Amino acid sequence: MEIVMAFVIGFLYAAALYMMLRRSIVKLVIGLVLLSNAANLVIFTAAGLVRGAPPLIYPGELLPPSASADPLAQALILTAIVIGFGVLAFAVVLIHRAYEVVGADDMDQMKDTDT
Amino acid sequence: MNMQSLILRTAGNFLLPLLLLFSVFLLLRGHDEPGGGFIAGLVAAGAIVLYLFAMDIADARRVLRVDPRDLLGAGMAIAVLSGAPAAFLGQPYFTAQWWEFALPGGGELKLSTVLIFDIGVYLVVVGAVLTIILNLAEAED
Amino acid sequence: MSAYIDALIALPIIIPLLAGALSLVFWRSHAAQRWMGVLGTLLLLIVSVHLLLETWEQDHLVMHMGGWHAPFGIVLVSDMLAAIMVILTGIIGFATAVYSLSDIGERHERFGYYPLFHLLLAGVNGAFLTGDIFNLYVWFEVMLVASFALLILGGERAQMEGAIKYVTLNLVSSMLFLTAIGLLYGLTGTLNMADIAVRLGEVEDTGLVTVIAMLFMVSFGIKAAAFPLFFWLPASYHTPKVAVSALFAGMLTKVGVYALFRVFTLIFDQDVDYTHEILLWIAMLTMLTGVLGAAAQFEFRRILSFHIISQIGYMILGLALFTPLAILGGVFYILHHIIVKANLFLISGLTYQLKGSHELKELGGLYRSHPMLGLLFMVPALSLAGLPPLAGFFAKFIIIRAGIEVEAWLAVGVALVVGLLTLYSMVKIWNEVFWKAQPAGIGPARSPGRSLFWMWPPIIGLALTTVAIGLYGQPVFEMAERSAEQLLDTSRYIEAVLGADYIESLQEMRR
Repeated sequence: MEIVMAFVIGFLYAAALYMMLRRSIVKLVIGLVLLSNAANLVIFTAAGLVRGAPPLIYPGELLPPSASADPLAQALILTAIVIGFGVLAFAVVLIHRAYEVVGADDMDQMKDTDT
Repeated sequence: MNMQSLILRTAGNFLLPLLLLFSVFLLLRGHDEPGGGFIAGLVAAGAIVLYLFAMDIADARRVLRVDPRDLLGAGMAIAVLSGAPAAFLGQPYFTAQWWEFALPGGGELKLSTVLIFDIGVYLVVVGAVLTIILNLAEAED
Repeated sequence: MSAYIDALIALPIIIPLLAGALSLVFWRSHAAQRWMGVLGTLLLLIVSVHLLLETWEQDHLVMHMGGWHAPFGIVLVSDMLAAIMVILTGIIGFATAVYSLSDIGERHERFGYYPLFHLLLAGVNGAFLTGDIFNLYVWFEVMLVASFALLILGGERAQMEGAIKYVTLNLVSSMLFLTAIGLLYGLTGTLNMADIAVRLGEVEDTGLVTVIAMLFMVSFGIKAAAFPLFFWLPASYHTPKVAVSALFAGMLTKVGVYALFRVFTLIFDQDVDYTHEILLWIAMLTMLTGVLGAAAQFEFRRILSFHIISQIGYMILGLALFTPLAILGGVFYILHHIIVKANLFLISGLTYQLKGSHELKELGGLYRSHPMLGLLFMVPALSLAGLPPLAGFFAKFIIIRAGIEVEAWLAVGVALVVGLLTLYSMVKIWNEVFWKAQPAGIGPARSPGRSLFWMWPPIIGLALTTVAIGLYGQPVFEMAERSAEQLLDTSRYIEAVLGADYIESLQEMRR
């Protein structure tokens, strides 16, 4: 399973970088979305893929069942998704405004501040 | 922005109160079961956005009654202050405080600073999402 | 007593968050927001002074958030480096808040300048104080979201173009950071930085540790604008309002440098020969590209932007040499640089208000009309170039001395040459902006249209601070010395965070 996940993650990183290297700023944002998903999957896989029970402590018990999934990694991913959601919402607003101001969906039109 | 769909308009009127009620339900059960301030806030914001699609921006703002930025500020203040009671009791900041009340009829009501924090998160999420979406919708027109 | 210390560590984060929330609640009143900005940052400054004094007394202050003890809960830790950074945030925050009274108009206030300003300060302080690697990521993002929005406040074309590059590269850096955290968690099973440091000692696969270290280096390198990943900085820093530029120039890249200092002393000190050798080359190339880029520029704020990059090189050089004296120099350099660089940006804003341009070719004659401003410019400019008796001289002197001690001759040579070229850049600005006559054909000083009164006190205050650090540098030197000791003797940090009992139980488990 880890091997499959490794390939999926690798493919996502590659696709993200390919999209970000395009000139279109819409594709740039799509690349960023893919990148953040790839990073989340890395956390998920690195924390260990086990076929376990949900990490819930049942009434009357003090510990979760012995073979349960790691809850911390899932909490991390959840936090990262929430943050990613906020940042990407901002990025979408930004490219919308940039498109209005510059009038083109093209990074080559946006190099006034580079020189 | 207006979709001019009779079905959506009619459904929107019914769905808005239902979804808002559902969001409060999610908010309150969030401590021990799936739910919580963030998800509840998204559901509530989704309800308003659905109403926005069905009607128009002015209607959406009217049904919201307050400016989303006020929700954002109030929510953030509530969330930050919810950690303060612990500090006055000499415990580390954000230590959860619990208050239990016996309800008439044998029930029990548990209130906590965690709930206050969640309400703050709820308001921040509703406020932030709606600020962004309403601004975008207005820019679109 | 413990409640007092808990409050002291948490307040540098809570005060800006609360001030931000309140200025959102009162977003209809511009006056309320302005005073909230000044009062909030003043309060922050006062608290941070107390935090520094208390940290000096007790070596390490630790607060376990919500009563969950490390390594399970999130801890806030204040050691000397963190406390110094927090007090600098207080100083720069207060200075820019006062400056904003004159610089930021109602149009920007309406789009939420003050709430974002406070959110940025909260994110910066959170990043300095946290002892948890994932929490560090969260504060980085808080800071970035606030900085994204501040960067495009006003919505001019140049701002949009700069912001796209800034947002993209910083998001890539965040994702690399997140990936590295995921791998590190998979390797050690913990997120507490002290705990990670303990457990990495037991990891057998040191190759993987070095790979993760490089991921952190690239990620923080982007945030710190180190070579070769600095392109976003000169493309964006000169586009927003000057108060925003000054805040960014002072604090943001330094958060990246702080993270490098923290991670590459506490966590990744297994393979110093390899990682710090790379840092050494990064430092030299960063210094050179920054200063050469500045030499080619003729726009006031762009010259300053490129000099941020070259100065970052000196700080990383301090970390890369990895001796007590070098780390001391690095901390001293950060301290001096933040004050000086923010001040130079504030001065560029005042000249813009007086003359209506940022282009050196269109400026001139300011020494004749405003001799006081000329003097005030000389202090940070010469300090940046490293002339005695100003603070910058001692900062450069310590680092170069440290380089000579370990016989890193090339690095010493580069540092000296870059110092000379910095002086060239500063003299260029002095000649063009202050000394030469007002160019003919370009309109005379325009009237700024509003009171510039509140721009002066921050500039004067920061210049006096620079002079004071130079003339009475002993306490500052001792603070930097103490922070270098703490950074290199990681066992003190680890014991303060985890407690002696926990470390003992870990050692028993190993047996």
